[in-house]
Amino acid sequence: MATIELKNVRKRFGAHEVIHGIDLLIKEREFIAFVGPSGSGKSTLLRMIAGLEEVSEGEVLIDGAPAQDVPPSQRGLAMVFQSYALYPHMTVAENMSFSLRLAGVAKDEREKKVRAVAHILEMEPLLDRKPRQLSGGQLQRVAIGRAMVRQPKAFLLDEPLSNLDASLQAQMRLELVRLHRDLKTTMIYVTHDQLEAMTMADRIVVLNGGKVEQSGSPLELYQHPATLFVAGFIGAPRMNLLDAVVKGTSDQHLCLALSNGASVTVPAPVEELKPGEGIKLGVRPEHVALDVEGELHGEIDVLEHLGPRSYLHAGLPDGSRLVVQADGDTAVCVGDRVAFRIRAQATHLFDRAGRALTRSVAKAIAH
Amino acid sequence: MNGISTTKPRRFRTAPLLAPCVAFLFLWMIIPLAMTLWFSGERYNLLVPGKSAFAGWENYRSLLTTRALWVAMGNTLFLVGLVLVITLVGGTLFSLLLDQDFPGRNICRLLVIAPFFVMPTVSALIWKNMLMNPVFGLFAWITRSCRLGTIEFFSRAPLLSIALIVGWEWTPFAVLILLPALQSLNPDLKEAARLDGAGPVALFYHLELPHLLRPISVVAMMEMIFFLSLFAEIYVTTGGGPGLASTNLAYLIFRDAMLGWDVGRASAGGVLAIVLANIVAFFFMRMVGRNLEENR
Amino acid sequence: MKNTRPLRWGLTIAGWAVGLGMFFPILWMFLTSFKTEITAVATPPAFFFRPTFENYAAVLQRADYLAFARNSVLVSLGSTLLALALAIPAAYSMAFFPTRRTRDILLWMLSTKMLPAVGVLVPIYLLWRDLHLLDTVSGLILIDSASVLPIVVWMLLSFFREVPAVILEASRMDGASPAEELVHVLLPLCTPGIAATALLSVILCWNEAFWSLNLTTVKAATLANFTASFSSPEGLFWAKLSAASTLSIAPILVFGWLSQRQLVRGLSFGAVK
Repeated sequence: MATIELKNVRKRFGAHEVIHGIDLLIKEREFIAFVGPSGSGKSTLLRMIAGLEEVSEGEVLIDGAPAQDVPPSQRGLAMVFQSYALYPHMTVAENMSFSLRLAGVAKDEREKKVRAVAHILEMEPLLDRKPRQLSGGQLQRVAIGRAMVRQPKAFLLDEPLSNLDASLQAQMRLELVRLHRDLKTTMIYVTHDQLEAMTMADRIVVLNGGKVEQSGSPLELYQHPATLFVAGFIGAPRMNLLDAVVKGTSDQHLCLALSNGASVTVPAPVEELKPGEGIKLGVRPEHVALDVEGELHGEIDVLEHLGPRSYLHAGLPDGSRLVVQADGDTAVCVGDRVAFRIRAQATHLFDRAGRALTRSVAKAIAH
Repeated sequence: MNGISTTKPRRFRTAPLLAPCVAFLFLWMIIPLAMTLWFSGERYNLLVPGKSAFAGWENYRSLLTTRALWVAMGNTLFLVGLVLVITLVGGTLFSLLLDQDFPGRNICRLLVIAPFFVMPTVSALIWKNMLMNPVFGLFAWITRSCRLGTIEFFSRAPLLSIALIVGWEWTPFAVLILLPALQSLNPDLKEAARLDGAGPVALFYHLELPHLLRPISVVAMMEMIFFLSLFAEIYVTTGGGPGLASTNLAYLIFRDAMLGWDVGRASAGGVLAIVLANIVAFFFMRMVGRNLEENR
Repeated sequence: MKNTRPLRWGLTIAGWAVGLGMFFPILWMFLTSFKTEITAVATPPAFFFRPTFENYAAVLQRADYLAFARNSVLVSLGSTLLALALAIPAAYSMAFFPTRRTRDILLWMLSTKMLPAVGVLVPIYLLWRDLHLLDTVSGLILIDSASVLPIVVWMLLSFFREVPAVILEASRMDGASPAEELVHVLLPLCTPGIAATALLSVILCWNEAFWSLNLTTVKAATLANFTASFSSPEGLFWAKLSAASTLSIAPILVFGWLSQRQLVRGLSFGAVK
């Protein structure tokens, strides 16, 4: 149970900087997820916290004390690797007790701790097997068990579920959340899958190109994305992003012209926007509805039926595309020409640099 | 409060780990090398009592003007070239054969690679006395039974006979390397080629041969280095004879050094051998260096 | 895709012909070792005969044969141990703590292998003479281990590199010092590779003839010397010589067969995976 703080952390490989000055405070017992596309630096950041990568500049503080020069084994952290990294020549029990053995813990004590953890993870029958005899899910458990035996201040998990098949992933997600609740230990979880982050984390840090785009609770990120990147990354299917030009402003409203000529009126932004300025309008699929009198028209070319709902993919006359959520039993077919209406209060506005524009009317968005 | 800290480099312990190994090799290389160079410029014969005298280029001049050296060089290059051809062609053909699926092919593979592990002196013995011996040898018996008379292998064609022996020893080495390389060819590629209508010759020429080019060059380079210093086989079979017919550079130097006790001349010869090997090594390094880049 | 029947027959015959053809000289020597001396030199050569063990008995009772064999064993094992002792830490540091110079050091090590032995024959002989290492087992061990060291380092390096870095990182997270990493994780995982490397080293040292022939005479002479000294035997003890030769090559042959797949990796410098 520890706080971990990053202060202006930078990482360079030779002359090439990959992490650009990250500041972060991870509170005790938090389940925090680092999400981002490949190359965003999330694994590198995790490894710097673990001590497996050197920090080029900046500080890593564990419980307030600088730790960037402390060797990994002395930081009180435990890591679960993506490829499990179990010792192939040792049994499960030996894998789990290796760290205790190195620390000089007596044999009975070691066995007791290993059994206790094996019991929690329901893997007692596996203790005498070798890794090559185990399935992916079992290997995953052993890797987690090995980390748990160390009773670390924080768990570092580097895409632990990415090698499992989909149904196992779903199951393990729930187990990890439950484990977090029971162990009450900080967990730092790296993933490229925003769904994993959304379902498991207390707080999400979105990384892109070595920088933090935004950090906040899953709902915060979903409902109030601070940048275009976060808006597009969080939530599946992706938020629709349409080009718009400011037509007119008033105290209450902002009138925008979409590229196909249609007008949309949204509650006014705080910043002064001038007519003629180009911005981006973001709206999630669930906030666009089929409406005969809607301002947008398009032709459906792909239909996705998920069961409880469907997604309609439409091509708009100007070449842009729109994804719209509809009922599971929608009667729309491919090829239909339909009209859509955007729920104006639920839109997001982004300036040319990709930053979200805050609006004076911060209404809670109805779902 | 400054947030900038420099990291401690982790090169903490490589030196003491590497040092003994590097030092050992370095000593073994530098000292003898320096000495060889030194002696090559001396008039120094162990049979002649008294100190050695500086002789400048005399040893080299004397060496390079003796017919023996050029004959030896020629023999060396001939031997290297011929055995390379034998082993590479034989190795490729045997590998192609052993790559096919037939009953007992694993045992055949073991049989084929066996000669490589036989001590070169024993190989030479077997061939000289059991097979090629004009009186007791098996080959003599065969040719006599076919009324072809006897072939005096080591008197008539000493260099060729030695090439045959070395070829027998080293073709398995080529197979050892080329066969797994061939087997590592993605079977899907072969399937696709067959579906496209490729027959076995086309398969070989367009698919297998290009795939084998890199291992073949590795084998060639490695063998070249070894063949330049062939010694044991010559020592056991012909002793360099008749005359100089089967003397290569290594044997010539050995003769000067250990039989003639002419340190100066042998050292000069040694330097020549090193120069020759370096030229070959230069090209080898380039190729292996490239391999290293690609495989890291 | 299965070969057609006639093709299969053809391949089988060709394959076995090649295999038996290549193996024949060894086989012939092996057979001769079980013949009596007279049978051994009979013309026409005897393919069928009553085997006898008298040659092996005679050879194994000869003290000097045993001395040669003992020297071969000592030199091979000694050189291998020395080479491994030097190479394991070196390969470890190059595999897991590589620096910019690592590649150059590796290539330099290989280049020492390119040095033709004959080029340094004279100085080594003189040095050994002055250091009283001529005709000693330790003298041979020093030279053989230096000859074999680059290959040993190379093979160990390639085996060490096959260990996934994450496993060593996991052990670091578990609290292992570099020494503990080596002993508890790396060496157990690489045991087959180390064994293959050791076998190759033994094979190369056992078969080594150039230095044995030049640096030893009586006390430290190896089986290479022994067999070389019979370059022109009188026919009368050919059977015994065959027995002695078979004994000399048999263990190495077996080692070679056992470790052939691992050997390829080390010998092919990564050109073959």
